[in-house]
Amino acid sequence: MKELNSLKLEFPSRSINEGLARAAVAALCAQLDPTLDELGDIKTAVSEAVTNCIVHAYPDVIGTISLRARIFESGEIEVTVRDRGVGIADIERAKEPSFTTGGEERSGMGFTIMESFMGSLRVRSTPGRGTVVVMRKRLARRV
Amino acid sequence: MITTVQNDGGRLVVALMGELDHHAASGVLAEISARIDLALPRACVLDLSALNFMDSSGIAVVLKAYRQMRELGGTVAVKRVPPQPLRVLRAAGIDRLVTVEPLE
Repeated sequence: MKELNSLKLEFPSRSINEGLARAAVAALCAQLDPTLDELGDIKTAVSEAVTNCIVHAYPDVIGTISLRARIFESGEIEVTVRDRGVGIADIERAKEPSFTTGGEERSGMGFTIMESFMGSLRVRSTPGRGTVVVMRKRLARRV
Repeated sequence: MITTVQNDGGRLVVALMGELDHHAASGVLAEISARIDLALPRACVLDLSALNFMDSSGIAVVLKAYRQMRELGGTVAVKRVPPQPLRVLRAAGIDRLVTVEPLE
């Protein structure tokens, strides 16, 4: 699979950077000429993944979030979001709709939205070491 | 984030603009909650027509307003919703809980 372009970003887990991460991935993704819906879906999924790092991975400290995005000739985009935070002990539970440890400001729908808006979602996590989320989506061929 | 608040005849209309993510949500949540407490409306309408982006943080905002209005015996409606926020609300099934009307 031929890679067309890629980006790497590292930023502190401050909530103001949620918009930065979305905008950077959207700008890269725009090179694949996505539909507005596709672009909106990708921005939403990135926002959810980065917010999870800020709220859950680093609840009491400012840590580093690493983001990597790649676009491929096949029309696929891959986004990897990595943190070195607290980790997730039970990933299946964390993915359940409406399950949240984030209080009333969170809806517990983050993973559900990542899963339904992207083609695939993989989560690897080690408690005390951090979490890696890899999301892929293939854009529809434009006629 | 909150552009206008109108309160006429027991109907509180709160219009949002910009990007509603986790960064913006806590301020919006507190502001809407305070407005409902102050106005004690029968209906609360969230107008999203000027919202450029919303993630699941917006779902928490709608749910909080829904719970608060339910305690008052009132209703919540989310109106003039652009396509991207609409996809998020529908993915979460919010349209089964409150009235959600797309932007025309």
